[in-house]
Amino acid sequence: MTNHWVDIKNADVIFVMGGNPAEAHPCGFKWVIEAKKNRKAKLVVVDPRFNRTASVADYYAPVRAGSDIAFFGGVINYLLTNDKIHHDYVKAYTNASFLIDENYKFEDGIFSGYDEAKRSYAKDSWKYQFDKDGFAKVDETLQDPNCVFQLMKKHYSRYTPETVEKVCGTPKDAFLKVCEYIASTAAPDRTMSYLYALGLTEHSVGSQNIRCMAMVQLLLGNMGMAGGGINALRGHANVQGITDMCLYAQTLPGYLSAPTDADPDRATYLTKRTPKALRPGQMNFPQNFPKWFTSLCKAWYGNAATKDNDFAYDWLPKLGGASDVLSIFHAMYEGKMNGFVCQGFNPLASVPNKKKVGDALAKLKYLVVMDPLATDTSEFWKPHGEFNEVDPTKIDTEVFRLPANLFAEHAGTFTNSGRVVQWRWKAVDGPGESKEDTEIMASLFLKLKAMYAKDGGALPEPIMNLTWAYNQPDKPSPEELLREINGKALSELTDPKDPTKVLFKAGEQLPSFGFLRDDGSTACGNWIYCGSWSQAGNNTARRDNSDPSGLGQTLNWGFAWPVNRRILYNRASADLAGKPWDPKRTVLRWTGTAWGGNDIPDMRPDAAPDQNVMPFIMNPEGVGRLFSREIMADGPFPEHYEPFESPLDRNPMHPNNPKAKSNPAARVYKGDMEAFGTAKDYPYVATTYRLVEHFHYWTKQSKINAIMQPEQFVEIGEDLAKEKGIKAGDRIKVRSNRGFIKGVAVVTKRIKTLDVDGKKVHTVGIPIHYGFKGATKPGFITNTLTPFVGDANVQTPEFKAFLVNIEKV
Amino acid sequence: MQMNRRQFFKICSAGLGGSSIAVMGFSPTAALAEVRAFKLARATETRNICPYCSVSCGVLIYSTGDKSKNSQGEIIHIEGDPDNPVNRGTLCPKGAGLRDMVQSQNRLKWPEVREAGSKEWKRISWNEAIERIAKHMKADRDKNFVAKNANGVTVNRWPTFGFLASSAASNEAGYLTVKTLRALGVTQLDTQARI
Repeated sequence: MTNHWVDIKNADVIFVMGGNPAEAHPCGFKWVIEAKKNRKAKLVVVDPRFNRTASVADYYAPVRAGSDIAFFGGVINYLLTNDKIHHDYVKAYTNASFLIDENYKFEDGIFSGYDEAKRSYAKDSWKYQFDKDGFAKVDETLQDPNCVFQLMKKHYSRYTPETVEKVCGTPKDAFLKVCEYIASTAAPDRTMSYLYALGLTEHSVGSQNIRCMAMVQLLLGNMGMAGGGINALRGHANVQGITDMCLYAQTLPGYLSAPTDADPDRATYLTKRTPKALRPGQMNFPQNFPKWFTSLCKAWYGNAATKDNDFAYDWLPKLGGASDVLSIFHAMYEGKMNGFVCQGFNPLASVPNKKKVGDALAKLKYLVVMDPLATDTSEFWKPHGEFNEVDPTKIDTEVFRLPANLFAEHAGTFTNSGRVVQWRWKAVDGPGESKEDTEIMASLFLKLKAMYAKDGGALPEPIMNLTWAYNQPDKPSPEELLREINGKALSELTDPKDPTKVLFKAGEQLPSFGFLRDDGSTACGNWIYCGSWSQAGNNTARRDNSDPSGLGQTLNWGFAWPVNRRILYNRASADLAGKPWDPKRTVLRWTGTAWGGNDIPDMRPDAAPDQNVMPFIMNPEGVGRLFSREIMADGPFPEHYEPFESPLDRNPMHPNNPKAKSNPAARVYKGDMEAFGTAKDYPYVATTYRLVEHFHYWTKQSKINAIMQPEQFVEIGEDLAKEKGIKAGDRIKVRSNRGFIKGVAVVTKRIKTLDVDGKKVHTVGIPIHYGFKGATKPGFITNTLTPFVGDANVQTPEFKAFLVNIEKV
Repeated sequence: MQMNRRQFFKICSAGLGGSSIAVMGFSPTAALAEVRAFKLARATETRNICPYCSVSCGVLIYSTGDKSKNSQGEIIHIEGDPDNPVNRGTLCPKGAGLRDMVQSQNRLKWPEVREAGSKEWKRISWNEAIERIAKHMKADRDKNFVAKNANGVTVNRWPTFGFLASSAASNEAGYLTVKTLRALGVTQLDTQARI
């Protein structure tokens, strides 16, 4: 979230597309109701199903699963053609005026630089025009045909309301009504909070779906405002924190892009990641990258990381290619992996194409499951009737199951979707011999360290030199770890402006990443968490919920990263002169000498408005990007492509170009392309979803939740039910080209048949929560059905739009 | 109200609120010491966070025992934390079942192994589990570690081992996990954030 849960109450319009917070995030959704009740805010919902969020909405419109960009493209076109944008904001705070390279082209669904054989783009034309000083050229009149504003206008002019109706199946009048609500927030003193979840991300165009809304929010001037923002309603209670700690291949803690084979040494690595400002006078905050990275190397390797050994740069593994849950399981499937650990993760259920995942696990030499519960994955080798048909005698994987503790059984922090880091206290010990994750990881690591100390082996140095100054080496405490994450001075730090002034003594905890250095004199495990445990103590444990501004900021409750800031880009909540766009909801204002207000300024505190330092300080251009330059894999503007399994035989936006049917830059493995089904055999669009009574594949293990929703069902509309002779309560079989599941038919009015490109399209809704382990009735794993393909940028699987057929059993 | 102990228990067993009657002062005069007290009144209250969705609602966990050394606590009740500014004391149907999650019949209680080709689990000790896993890992790492790629660039990675990390873990556990994995050279690493 750029904003936070409570801030939703400040919105005038709440737009939900790709999420269902009434069921998936009920206690956060109360803030939507609060806004409706107290501000007369309007709730607008667009979704393939009339879900429970829709049931309390002021307006609902249906959309075909997998056609979101066509819808958003229509919204952008509506805002531009009806002049419903926040002009001053767009001109000053976005790259609308920036001139784009003259070689940039978009023709029949394909951007310039496409290489069909590699399914990827050379992006050298997706960039700004630069002047002799290396700054981007701009045209403040926004009239130059190569400026972002004009290119955007041209790109989205194709997305008329008629086109939206044809591609999305959303009736034209319903689409226009949604546009009116959205456009009402173009006024400087009105804001819209945009809420989304996996309904937007789990597509082969997922990242571009979200970019669309970022563009809409920039055009409306809703970023940085109270009651505005792009608000991801995320999954687990600490999925935000684990993302921040970067437990994925592409980054190191604090979103520091991980080194790859193209970065042979520290200097090359840092140069590539330390940008120069692209406009005069901008903060260009990532210019501090070397400080964050060097402090991380010091946190991990301490005295063994020196200037002479490039701060142990070589000890960091270099990423050699794709690494994500799909590529990992594909490599495993091809027999290229020997060992695998699932820590609190049930991939047999949560990764697409269960058969492929099970076959992959069967090729491992050893699998380790660290979990509080007996997961489906831990028994992938065990026959569970028709739900898991396997022959254990043919599976040679050695499987270990280690009992871990649950939330109530350990202390430490969770970070919520609004970036607020909160301390938790331990209530009881876990059952039996179960242990905390930290203890399991520590004992495994220390055992390996002892083996390397005794016998040597491949590159023992990073193992032997990893900092491990914990009081009980086999039980690092959460307090010790959070202090390490926060960071400290390793030697006395003096004020760069006045060397006689000592800022911090050696060993003192640092209050903010502003004090980190790139010379090895500071250590910090995750720069964005710097300030969470300063000399003042554990700031995540603060419990003062007072709210003097009335905006719900509660600045003394826990600690929000970065530097306790609650609303990101908050400089944009004020005009160029520093006056709030809406004085009734002041987030920040220029006091004459400094930035002040009701949040921690997302701006250099003394940057006077006339210095023209723009609000998007993490971008080297200082402004928000309507045109995303070379950052995205699949185009600088979002474009509609069909899901890889589409009910249509062409992309209605580019009917004559088969290359542009589905995302041309998405990665598809051999074997997976062949496993896609076609509308001839699988005529119905399927979309997976979640229920209010269950959380992922977890609560099926909890008795009361299992009593509330005991059994797998499949939701279909009345038209389809009639066509297939299915009544509510019948058992039905759902097939995709990868397998089948069975469930109880629930026939509803909530899913309507849509008219798409001259065709009737039926949608089948499938809850995900069931499996063969748990307190619920044993059931099939829904991801037996789903296709093994992901988004072109981040490889999030396409769970929300694929093809199935159904029959009564 | 005057009554003897037998009459008192009769009232209590007749339904709801037996122990509240005691608190309101309606207790058998001679047998105060035997009155069943509220569990909650003697419970230890601990602040924690619901582990399900990313609203991360504050919860109060009530457990028996006082957390003193060697005392075995048991959770008797979990409810929303009324002081938490986000959930203000509420919990949803998912979070309402938290106690049944902690006390699920399917909790793992000790390490187990399923040997190659076997049809069943076998209980083992932590020592044996860690020893056997570490041996597998070391053999695999020593054999398949890539120090330099085809172009002679130092890459120091271990491509044949993968790890899926938990978003239900705390930040501190996540940090320790990524720190140890990167030191081992792991690049086949992912988390629920992607899905």
